[in-house]
Amino acid sequence: MLELKHITYTVSTPEGEQTILNDISIDIPDRKLIVFTGPNGGGKTTLAKVIMGLVTPTGGQILFNGQDITHLGITERAKLGISYGFQQPPRFKGITVRNLLTIASGDTGLSKDKCCKYLTQVGLCANDYLDREVDVSLSGGEVKRIEIATLLARGSELMIFDEPEAGIDLWSFARLTETFEQLRQRELATMIIISHQERIIQLADEIVVVGGGELKHRGSTEEIFPLIMADTLGSCPVLNK
Amino acid sequence: MITEIDASLLEKIADLTGKPVGAFNIRKDSGCEARQSTEHIAIDPQPEGKSGIIIRIKDGTKGEQCHIPVIISKSGVTEMVYNDFYVGENCDVEIVAGCGIHNSGCSESRHDGIHTFYVSKNSHVRYVEKHYGEGDGSGERVMNPTTIVYLDEGASIQMETVQIRGIDSTVRKTKIVCGKDAEAVITERLLTHGKQHAESDMEIELNGEDARGRVISRSVAQDESKQVFHPVVVGNSKCFGHVQCDSIIMGRAKIESIPAITANSTDAQLIHEAAIGKIAGDQLLKLQTLGLTEEEAEDTILKGFLA
Repeated sequence: MLELKHITYTVSTPEGEQTILNDISIDIPDRKLIVFTGPNGGGKTTLAKVIMGLVTPTGGQILFNGQDITHLGITERAKLGISYGFQQPPRFKGITVRNLLTIASGDTGLSKDKCCKYLTQVGLCANDYLDREVDVSLSGGEVKRIEIATLLARGSELMIFDEPEAGIDLWSFARLTETFEQLRQRELATMIIISHQERIIQLADEIVVVGGGELKHRGSTEEIFPLIMADTLGSCPVLNK
Repeated sequence: MITEIDASLLEKIADLTGKPVGAFNIRKDSGCEARQSTEHIAIDPQPEGKSGIIIRIKDGTKGEQCHIPVIISKSGVTEMVYNDFYVGENCDVEIVAGCGIHNSGCSESRHDGIHTFYVSKNSHVRYVEKHYGEGDGSGERVMNPTTIVYLDEGASIQMETVQIRGIDSTVRKTKIVCGKDAEAVITERLLTHGKQHAESDMEIELNGEDARGRVISRSVAQDESKQVFHPVVVGNSKCFGHVQCDSIIMGRAKIESIPAITANSTDAQLIHEAAIGKIAGDQLLKLQTLGLTEEEAEDTILKGFLA
């Protein structure tokens, strides 16, 4: 189980101290799919980065399976079983898709069959992609799907996906939601997915709404989904007319 | 005699373990250690008074390799070598050169070489040149290779040069003259560290109609090392040329990248690109999330970049 206790993150700006995350406490139960949603700039990505160790909180504590990981680095957390799919994954000149999947899996002799399995799960054909470099020759959507495949290859206990749907076409998106659904059904991992997509939100066991650096709501899809819809419509004066 | 140090150098620069098959010439400390010609590839010494070898490859020779490594294991050896290659028509051959210096003394060890290729009609040559230096002496390891290539109609050369660490100073000059339908592809891989200095001047002249030239240069400069690149493509007819230089800069290193293209014909289509940058932070972070340490991540990125 992942436990966040009183997580706070403040940064200094020319205008003074700015609070990005304000005293967030939350437990993430094992083998569930939790969706973090909420308005842009509300703190979702920062909160996810705090879990991976990409951002060091200015206050609070993080426990993973009972162990205090607040002061552990990214690599140590990765080795403990946390992985993170970037919203905008970096590209690597000279590193092939096969290289990345091999690094992710930790198995230097990763078979083509296994690579093929991971790529198929994100709607890519191994024959077309395995030996391609993860560089600018790939489109944003392709890089994004390869990023998700690296998490599947890593097979961590806790997988965090930051807006996995961003930049992905409708057809591939359907394949991707299927993959998340399968992972959830097989209860293979705990998943935190940052998303605004209705179809992903509806897959969730629980929804966490983060806004203004705070935890706004938390509950089952049935409870929270209508609130989000009401909020969305409520904020648009044209639609309200 | 080939010592253990020599054998290790040979493996690094020419992937050679044991006695090579096919034609070869092993030059050690300015002398000829071993030489073998084959039915299709003849290797002879230069005439009296000139150091080096002449390699003649018969028309129609295909699928053969020729190894011509140079090793320097004594401190204080300096040499100037001329190697001339005459490749006949309709050949497809691989020539593996390379120089390894083991300098454990305090004097400079230096290999300067001029390689001249005359590649006849419709022949393809893959030319691999690896440079490697080792030894704990304070003497500098210096290499200054010059490569000149003349490509006849329909001929092509794929030139691959690799210098990863170990060489303190290098000034590399490459000139390729392309005839009609000829193609030159140069890939360069370079890593300097410490206080090393590397300069690479290249010129591809596209003289014949439909000649093509490509330069793909990737380098990493670490510590306080310095690199200067000056790849030039000159289009004198209907032709296509592309220069691409990519460098990763680290520590307090300095890199100058000055690609140039010159068109002397309205039908010349020439492109150049050059980029210098440090390793992106998000690349390191991504690999760390996959369980690599920061050092392992950096190493993985550099290895991939120079692969």
